[in-house]
Amino acid sequence: MRRLLFLLTLVLTLGIFLAACGSSEEGGSSDSEGSGSDSESQEEGSGEGGNEDFSVAMVTDTGGVDDKSFNQSAWEGLQAFGEANGLEEGEGFDYAQSESDADYTTNLNRLVREEYNLIFGIGFLLQPDVEKVASQFPETNFALVDAVAEGDNVASITFKEHQGSFLAGVAAAHKTQSDHVGFVGGVDSELINKFESGFRAGAKTVNPDIQIDVQYAESFNSADQGKLIASNMYSQGADVIYHAAGGTGNGVFSEAKDRVRGGDEEVWVIGVDRDQHDEGAIGDTNVTLTSMVKRVDLAVQDVSKQAMNGEFPAGEVVEYGLEDDGVSLARTNEEAMTEEIVSAVEEWKQKIIDGEVEAPQTRDAAEEYINSL
Amino acid sequence: MFNILVPLISVVLGLLAGALIMISFGYNPVAGYAAMWNGAFGDAYFLGETVRQVTPYVLSGLAVAFAMRAGLLNIGVEGQVIVGWLAAVWIGSSFGMPPVLHVIVALLVAAIAGGLWGFVPGLLKAKLGVHEVIVTIMMNYIALYLSNSLIRGVLTDGSDRTENVASTASLAAPWLREITFFSRIHYGFIVALLMAFTMWFVLNKTTRGFELRAVGSNPFASEYAGMKVGRNIIIAMVISGGFAGLAGAMEGLGTFQYASVSSGFTNIGFDGIAVALLGANTAIGVVLAAILFGTLKIGALNMPTQAGVPTELVDIVIALIILFVASGYVIRWVFLKFSKEGK
Repeated sequence: MRRLLFLLTLVLTLGIFLAACGSSEEGGSSDSEGSGSDSESQEEGSGEGGNEDFSVAMVTDTGGVDDKSFNQSAWEGLQAFGEANGLEEGEGFDYAQSESDADYTTNLNRLVREEYNLIFGIGFLLQPDVEKVASQFPETNFALVDAVAEGDNVASITFKEHQGSFLAGVAAAHKTQSDHVGFVGGVDSELINKFESGFRAGAKTVNPDIQIDVQYAESFNSADQGKLIASNMYSQGADVIYHAAGGTGNGVFSEAKDRVRGGDEEVWVIGVDRDQHDEGAIGDTNVTLTSMVKRVDLAVQDVSKQAMNGEFPAGEVVEYGLEDDGVSLARTNEEAMTEEIVSAVEEWKQKIIDGEVEAPQTRDAAEEYINSL
Repeated sequence: MFNILVPLISVVLGLLAGALIMISFGYNPVAGYAAMWNGAFGDAYFLGETVRQVTPYVLSGLAVAFAMRAGLLNIGVEGQVIVGWLAAVWIGSSFGMPPVLHVIVALLVAAIAGGLWGFVPGLLKAKLGVHEVIVTIMMNYIALYLSNSLIRGVLTDGSDRTENVASTASLAAPWLREITFFSRIHYGFIVALLMAFTMWFVLNKTTRGFELRAVGSNPFASEYAGMKVGRNIIIAMVISGGFAGLAGAMEGLGTFQYASVSSGFTNIGFDGIAVALLGANTAIGVVLAAILFGTLKIGALNMPTQAGVPTELVDIVIALIILFVASGYVIRWVFLKFSKEGK
């Protein structure tokens, strides 16, 4: 019995020690997520240092802020906005990560409760939740990225992905040696269909006989599925794959890298949302041909700025496209993106901006477009 | 005595280990746990959300626990949740019925769908001796992809989300939502508590329950005593699946009010395994464990925003608690050793 008592005392002492240990650290921990270099001066400057009282936050979808895709891009935008306006992370700007679909509403509500002025929902998956929460809290402004939400206090931010994807198709069609390219989609949905339609139209424009494989993984975060699909497509002869599949796309990259590493195959990946150049690097070479960059970060900053200045586009749909660099093709891989490809891309970009060509947004429109070639 | 002490100590050890991890990564565990507490019970909204999260956990925990009592490891709760969810939403959105009846029919069909999903592995186990773990794991995938394809092709026209269920089939409790500032709390928790009572009653007060438990403890002795082992296995799996189907209905008729194409599992069923484990496979234990898990899940969402603790660490803390519960044997052993030698 005595030893049992001893054990209990030990546990209790440990508990007290832990508690004490914890409180002594209180000063630094609140902003240890930030740069952390001069935490004390930051601590003092908190609260007043910011730009008036404006605060902004975002709710990720299940991808999380390190998804190397649009959640991350949005968060980078918020961070840049916070930095530019002297806001403190956790006070002036913050994010809430969702672990499952059930968390969207909870997270939106939490941020409303913490009295953020503007709350972003990142990703079309949050559409019903943003609509519902926005109707319950008319005093707070909401912005939804990638889909259109109804509501007088909601701004919808969308991108003309079909335009960027059209250019991706042009680039792919120029790059392919086998006249065979592939498209890997995340979840078969209106949004991802925009990517698919634009890409197919772009590729067929360059070469009407090109073969395009299209497959959906039905998931935005299963890299293993992406790898499997990519493996199939490459084996069947495709040598350029464009993915619009978030985390699933990481599997496409790893398959491409395995193949290039393994020998003489030359395969390419076209990234999405962010410039995915880093994802494709193997030593000195890189399998990332280009990326269809969606400047979610710019859009987030833009809308935040408008809201801060009292010009929040409530109830409106703000659309970013090629003309305002909301979507574009990355040129980081200069070796792979030869001048021929770049000039072709530029040519079609101008045509789209001038309205000479209209990139299709739906499968039906894509069929029509391709048949009219 | 041990049945209560071991889970309690596991939880405390898990939380302590979580605190140590937070310290070693430079976060304040007191602030972290305070944020978790506030995030789960801080105000009426979070309380409502916690109840909402607890509800399906109770049912999925009961499902696992019920099968476990009959000596079966039902890993397929996840799939049974999915088919129950889909079935409930199908009834809720495609049929018109008078108010109360509609909910009851939807719940019943969800339970039947889940039961059916449990019946297949039960039958295979009873007749052919196929291990239920293998079959139920596979049935999970069948459920997930079948449900996705039914939503896409049958319930909707290529869309990735069904329509909302009719208000007559909804479990929503407007007045409860009102007082919890629009949390998604719903009447489902009553269903969950009723089912916990049902499980206790069936297992402890009926002949069938006695047989199920007997088969669970020793199938050979039970057979020798004249019980039909195979039949009891099937019944256990069907009832277990029925509980799981109801857990899905909670999400379909209560929380979400729709079903959507899902890229991965809901984890309600898998978490149910941990809930049952922590609850020592008893009805009341499952309810308590579900409350703990729901609290952890909802409270954890508040830790990153309020205390700066990354969600990954929160997952580690939860995993540690499960680890300690699973290693309950070790705790028991230490406990026995110390108390014996001390005397």
